[in-house]
Amino acid sequence: MLSKRIIACLDVRDGQVVKGVNFEGLRAAGDPAELARRYNAEGVDELVILDITATLERRRALADTIRSVARELFIPLAVGGGIRTEGDAAAAVDAGADKVSLNTAALSNPSLITTLAERYGSQAVLVAIDAKWEGDRAAVYVRSGSTPGNRDAVEWAKEAEDRGAGEILLTSIDRDGTKIGFDCRLTAAVSSAVSIPVIASGGAGTLDHFVDVFNGGRADAALAASIFHYAETSVKNLKTHLRAAGIPVRL
Amino acid sequence: MIALIDYKAGNLTSVRKAFAALGADLFTPERPEELATADAIVVPGVGHFGATKALGPEWVEAILGRVGELRPLLGICLGMQWLFEGSEEAPELPGLGLLGGQCYRLRSTDVKVPHVGWNSLDMQRENTIVADVADHSQVYFTHSFVAPVTGDTVAVTSHGEPFASIVQRGHVAGVQFHPEKSGEVGLQVLRNFLSMVG
Repeated sequence: MLSKRIIACLDVRDGQVVKGVNFEGLRAAGDPAELARRYNAEGVDELVILDITATLERRRALADTIRSVARELFIPLAVGGGIRTEGDAAAAVDAGADKVSLNTAALSNPSLITTLAERYGSQAVLVAIDAKWEGDRAAVYVRSGSTPGNRDAVEWAKEAEDRGAGEILLTSIDRDGTKIGFDCRLTAAVSSAVSIPVIASGGAGTLDHFVDVFNGGRADAALAASIFHYAETSVKNLKTHLRAAGIPVRL
Repeated sequence: MIALIDYKAGNLTSVRKAFAALGADLFTPERPEELATADAIVVPGVGHFGATKALGPEWVEAILGRVGELRPLLGICLGMQWLFEGSEEAPELPGLGLLGGQCYRLRSTDVKVPHVGWNSLDMQRENTIVADVADHSQVYFTHSFVAPVTGDTVAVTSHGEPFASIVQRGHVAGVQFHPEKSGEVGLQVLRNFLSMVG
């Protein structure tokens, strides 16, 4: 049976992981490669590097970061943040990314999804959707959640699938950073509308939140950052908990 | 030297990197004649079966020639499906025909297709390609089409229905999953292939 995936996200700025502070036993606290090794050893199923570097000059460091993380890692690696052109995607893939995640650029230039799917295959193209509820409608936001995308999240996910996206990375703006749980209603709405996998993100605070998003939220994978970075729990703990709750995981 | 066939069906960086981690350097032949010196052949690939069209008659002849000389061949993902007679994804294109059967799209409506993620290997029999790989080990898949379960099947995986996830017939082997993305289990499968190369 297909396992539910646990994905760890590394927010990287200028080559350093920025969310974590309590890296027990790590030589270089903010080193993405070091953290990637730890998560891999704990049994994480996939890694996402999200580049939040502000300036274009410093962005060139991203390829080095990807290369250093990918060197010893033999699980899927996705890279997102600021990928706007085919050239940006090619640089990430050439450095060792298996998947690229498109967000703002996909909405402003949807043909980029198709271009990349034709070049690298749909499995290499993640479309990231940041959404929040406005009444009964889940509205898409872009530019790190600051700007309305004037799209309905469910409709946009369906269009992204039609255009060649291989997976949807769905982040709830309402829940992000709150630790009160994933937005299961949002996740279920998108997951039941598309046939490609949906990765839920935003709001993880307890182990049971993951149980909820796999059951009620119909998520295929769940992504978290700080719950792992701050060593509140390990990936292994989480997976043991999920298995006990009857959810198939790779242990 | 082991030849890695690049027919522009996906990025080969990860495959090359995984073999490199095991101490094996792969070369990418530009022309079929270069296969004459290959000790073994790896056919990777993701995407549409139609992409194998780039492997025209000269490539097929060169690859079958080396296989005829008992050089090991490993097909990965789409490369494994190409070992069969063909696929309903591109019915006009024949496969290599080294293994009997046609590939087809996953049929179940109870599961999501494409099949993406970690799923388990249910061993059917022992063989070189699965030496030291534990039954029910999990590996990483991403595909919509599958190969049928036949006498050449070494392991099956289920996604709504069982399909062949590892095949081996003599020195010809194939894996539907991505060994280069499947952690230690994947590396062990690649090690086993290298042991066939000798």
